[in-house]
Amino acid sequence: MTTTELWCDRCGEPATDGAHPGCASARQLEPPRYCHRCRRRMKVQVLPVGWSAVCVEHGEIEG
Amino acid sequence: MPEILDQARTQVLGDGVGLDQAGVLAVLNLPDEHLPAALQLAHDVRMRWCGPEVEVEGIVSLKTGGCPEDCHFCSQSGLFTSPVRSVWLDIPSLVEAAKQTAKTGATEFCIVAAVRGPDARLMKQMREGVAAIKAEVDIQVAASLGMLSQEQVDDLVDMGVHRYNHNLETCRSYFPNVVTTHSWEERWETLRMVRDSGMEVCCGGILGLGETVEQRAEFAAQLAELNPHEVPLNFLNPRPGTPLGDRPVVEGKDALRAIAAFRLAMPRTILRYAGGREITLGDLGTRDGLLGGINAVIVGNYLTTLGRPATADLDLLDELKMPVKALSATL
Ligand code: SF4
Ligand SMILES: [Zn+2]
Ligand SMILES: [Zn+2]
Repeated sequence: MTTTELWCDRCGEPATDGAHPGCASARQLEPPRYCHRCRRRMKVQVLPVGWSAVCVEHGEIEG
Repeated sequence: MPEILDQARTQVLGDGVGLDQAGVLAVLNLPDEHLPAALQLAHDVRMRWCGPEVEVEGIVSLKTGGCPEDCHFCSQSGLFTSPVRSVWLDIPSLVEAAKQTAKTGATEFCIVAAVRGPDARLMKQMREGVAAIKAEVDIQVAASLGMLSQEQVDDLVDMGVHRYNHNLETCRSYFPNVVTTHSWEERWETLRMVRDSGMEVCCGGILGLGETVEQRAEFAAQLAELNPHEVPLNFLNPRPGTPLGDRPVVEGKDALRAIAAFRLAMPRTILRYAGGREITLGDLGTRDGLLGGINAVIVGNYLTTLGRPATADLDLLDELKMPVKALSATL
């Protein structure tokens, strides 16, 4: 986890006060839902292969 | 051998006549020690009445989230505090998704929208999207857009959509516990129109919504009465923020019993693994189901959640010596 990851990208709760093991394991079969930098809910498009997620403030990420 | 399996051997394997509700219930209630025999019989039924081919499909969400309905399992309802936001897929990306799907060897590409039923904007997007896919990709196009009017049914036929998915989700008696914004009968009416139009009917549901074993048997019997071309079988993947978000997942053995029972109720249908199998069954259970009545898979990702890589499923099919159904065989 880098220092910019302030929020859990699955549940949107603070990521700074420890790991979220349940979220980490769920994320293997889910795309992120919250921007880990600002906690905004992202617009997420799941595709047959991969996904993309957009935060209005911090732009697009893909996986 | 339990009596129900003897009966099924003669009636279902021998004559191709599915079990009724009482028979399905007896299979769902089989003790663990008889589960392997039930799965083997369901597999024999599938091989005899459907053959060894497996139909491979990919799905994509054309319009995600913000649905006005309240299906209690669904992260795309706009009525719950689910983190899924509303988003539309553009046509170039839709065509790209169809291409990715075709590359896996899949013959089916299903376009899905989270809506009560299509509005003019969605129908226009469908018309353009289906035409663009047909111009560039060799794949059959299916759709799942909620409840339809007769005019919309006719439009979809005209676009060349060959199969329509509309899940009843659960049995008639349990449905009001899961959905309150529309009725089971409204869903049935759309299915009736789709069937009468000549499109193939795809109709299944989700196990693990809190229904009893008796209601699971009721559901299988109601699906058998509808006699769909395809039945997608989902297992609840509890979604954060939904009313069913805290429900336990279906036990692997109960899921396998259901697979065998649904196959014995519907010997000729395409019985497809849909969502939730990764968490309910894992890799080992996935194999058991493919050797227990399943003859179709959704490969790759789902609508809002991820699946395992398509290659993992294709390698497994190869290992099980189950050929992927070719496009020529579906036309
Ligand atoms: S109609 Fe479909 S998208 Fe809408 S809440 Fe129900 S299952 Fe979800
Ligand atoms: Zn978390
Ligand atoms: Zn952000």
